Amino acid sequence: MDFSALDPLALIVSLIIAATPLVLAATGELVVEKSGVLNLGVEGMMIMGAVIGFIVSVEIGNPVLGFAGAALASAALALIFGFLTQVLLSNQVATGLALTLFGLGLAALLGQSYTGIRPPSTGDVFPEALSTVPVIGPLLFSYDWVVYFALIMVGAVWWFLNKTRGGLILRAVGEGHDAAHALGYRVVAIRMAAIAFGGALAGMGGAYLSLVRVPQWSEGMTAGIGWIALAIVVFASWKPGRVILGAWLFGGVTILQLNIQAANLNILGILALALAGVAVVMLLVQIRSLTRHKVIQIVMVFSFALLALVLALSWPDFRLDSAYLSMTPYLTTIIVLVALSGDKTRRALNAPASLGRVFHASA
Amino acid sequence: MSVLLDLSGLTKAYPGVIANDDVGFDIAAGEIHALLGENGAGKSTLVKMIYGLVRPDSGEMRLHGAYYAPGSPKDARAAGVSMVFQHFSLFDALSVRENIALGLDEATKPRELSQRIRDVSREYGLPLDPDRLIGDLSVGERQRVEIVRCLLQDPRLLIMDEPTSVLTPQEVEILFNTLRLLASRGVAILYISHKLDEIRVLCDRATILRGGKVVGTCIPRDETPRSMAEMMIGEALREPKAKLSVPGRTLLRLNGLSMTSDDPFGVSLRDIHLELHAGEVTGIAGVAGNGQDELLSVLSGEAKVAPGMLMLDDAPIGDKGPNARRALGLQAAPEERLGHAAAPEMTLTENTMLTGRVRQRLDNSGFLKWEATANFARAVISQFDVRTPGVATQAKALSGGNLQKFVIGREVLQKPRVLIVNQPTWGVDAAAAAAIRDALRALAEGGAAVLVISQDLDELMEMSDQFAVIAGGRLSAPRAAGTISIEEIGRLMGGDTSTAREGGTAHAAT
Repeated sequence: MDFSALDPLALIVSLIIAATPLVLAATGELVVEKSGVLNLGVEGMMIMGAVIGFIVSVEIGNPVLGFAGAALASAALALIFGFLTQVLLSNQVATGLALTLFGLGLAALLGQSYTGIRPPSTGDVFPEALSTVPVIGPLLFSYDWVVYFALIMVGAVWWFLNKTRGGLILRAVGEGHDAAHALGYRVVAIRMAAIAFGGALAGMGGAYLSLVRVPQWSEGMTAGIGWIALAIVVFASWKPGRVILGAWLFGGVTILQLNIQAANLNILGILALALAGVAVVMLLVQIRSLTRHKVIQIVMVFSFALLALVLALSWPDFRLDSAYLSMTPYLTTIIVLVALSGDKTRRALNAPASLGRVFHASA
Repeated sequence: MSVLLDLSGLTKAYPGVIANDDVGFDIAAGEIHALLGENGAGKSTLVKMIYGLVRPDSGEMRLHGAYYAPGSPKDARAAGVSMVFQHFSLFDALSVRENIALGLDEATKPRELSQRIRDVSREYGLPLDPDRLIGDLSVGERQRVEIVRCLLQDPRLLIMDEPTSVLTPQEVEILFNTLRLLASRGVAILYISHKLDEIRVLCDRATILRGGKVVGTCIPRDETPRSMAEMMIGEALREPKAKLSVPGRTLLRLNGLSMTSDDPFGVSLRDIHLELHAGEVTGIAGVAGNGQDELLSVLSGEAKVAPGMLMLDDAPIGDKGPNARRALGLQAAPEERLGHAAAPEMTLTENTMLTGRVRQRLDNSGFLKWEATANFARAVISQFDVRTPGVATQAKALSGGNLQKFVIGREVLQKPRVLIVNQPTWGVDAAAAAAIRDALRALAEGGAAVLVISQDLDELMEMSDQFAVIAGGRLSAPRAAGTISIEEIGRLMGGDTSTAREGGTAHAAT
């Protein structure tokens, strides 16, 4: 069997690149949710970032300005959500879903004449001499600036939330908006700022897709990544450090399935799928040790059953349809989300207490 | 004594109601001044204006003779005005230190702040650990956090909004000592309460509000609770009388009832034994958050336990849901009126359908009988004097007291054999509270078993035939009312069960 098609080093490098949009979008959404707002429009904000970032880069010829434009455009889109939910008190779930649909449609309209063009490339940060050092070079020094920016943002958000007064106030607003209001904090203003920040990061994540990862503009190119970013926030139990872990896990699953498809390795494909399954099951076992909740046991059985089904379907000649591989990142997301939300205690301990609740300053 | 805060002509109107109408009085430095009034008398609006949360439409406030018009709580704190809220403004998932930092206007280094918290809490006899999570603290400890937060700002006026409603008698004593110490140092205290005994013990002067207007001032020491209550209500009180009756047969038995709470900040119930007899009111006292909500949810059927832990007429019902229990005659009215006992957006008729369908036969093989339901709702409204335009009104449009009368009336008129109520008169004015207590007594006298869970000791003493205390999810052994002293109840409420289980489990003491 030919294992060489799956070079671990190359896999890790492409995993980190694949995870970068997720890291950005999930970090932004984490700040939004910490302030007590549930913005389900991440997908819409990402695709707006993707198209605006692409247009600005192509027209001006500078990808840095493209990222800046993407951040601004998505922040503006997020502020529409903020105005509707915080000022007009609309329902956050419905408004977030509307934002996604609106963003997808508007992006398709704006990007019509930009399909099939190559954007100006975003170069690596470090000189080539550094990135060709064996092992460490590609692993640490072979990326563009956005990858480092994303990781620095995670650290900065952690520091802000846990070490600064501003972060404490933001968390307080998310934990109990009535109490924060009673203490004299401006709940709506703080939430609007968080929503704009979340939008900006989602927009940069989207721009990374169209400017670096693909790099091209095509309609609907985010393909559900915004939803995975939302799932990662829950997976990370609202802790910035775990966002990176979650993004790498989901990014890893994506990259692995792409590579397996490309290499057309069917037996290995099953092996990899099984490995991914084991990873999820290990996660479940770890969670299960914290609780005896029935839902999780059901989910465990469910994931095993699914794995068995896949194996059985492809049994006679060990051929696995690529559709099964393509769906693995989404399946993993669903399984992990169901497992996590089945555990009431854990969720209640970590989720911001005012998450998704409408705040109305009563007299 | 010099006048610290002088209020005159304060008026605040909301659409359809004048919350404060030309209110004026003054508070001196070092004075403990009571603000008395029923729910809806305008106390909250008044203190919110003093604390900068609400701006008056007209009138003025003077602090130390200078014009005082706070635009926000921040301005108020800067001027030396602090407030301890009735519903604590604390964050469960944050630590004591973080919570206090949020209430201070200048940023302080975490370590320095922890030291200041320890210093102040020791000085005033309010021990606190700055690093613990609020969610892990008892209600009394939470209030300490609020008070320490205020004290760290060196207030000249401290506003306390119903501070004792959640405390044990011993904790009340500690609080009063702290307040007296503060007053002796020249801090003025505006003390809002409707517990008249406490006001007589603690306060130097009292201002009484009714319908948004000042209707009188008095020296509480020179008044009786009755005379103050009549000033508050504006009419003579009628007092219900508890009647000692011979206990009938056992209807509901709690048989070593235990339940582990799902909520990380909830309370698990542990090995509760209790018998409810026909014709008897059983009272359960306890500080809020000691398992009352969990006990109600187990008894109502929202939470299920092993079948044998609950026996109704000697048949196991622990695993039955609320409707199955209603069919057997076990009904419940939870504490939270809006959102638990009643659906806020639904009309009174629809809310009647929700609990009345089974026992009143308000459906016909699944088809709802709306006319019959509306008639039943009308009966509740007329018999319990619920003030509302009609049965098509949404539940959330009713005032707290009226909705409470409706919720209790809805269960009582279904003639339950066992009725469980949690905080039946919380936040209800005195006249409505008396009516609710009368109805519950009458239900018991008609042969039902009634269980009243309450934090109001006076209410329980007045109503109950047998009496027990819940603390930390454990229930003390029930005693006949009148055979237990306030000191003993206070000890039990603090979690000391050593005297409660005579002859029973000898090692129950913790």
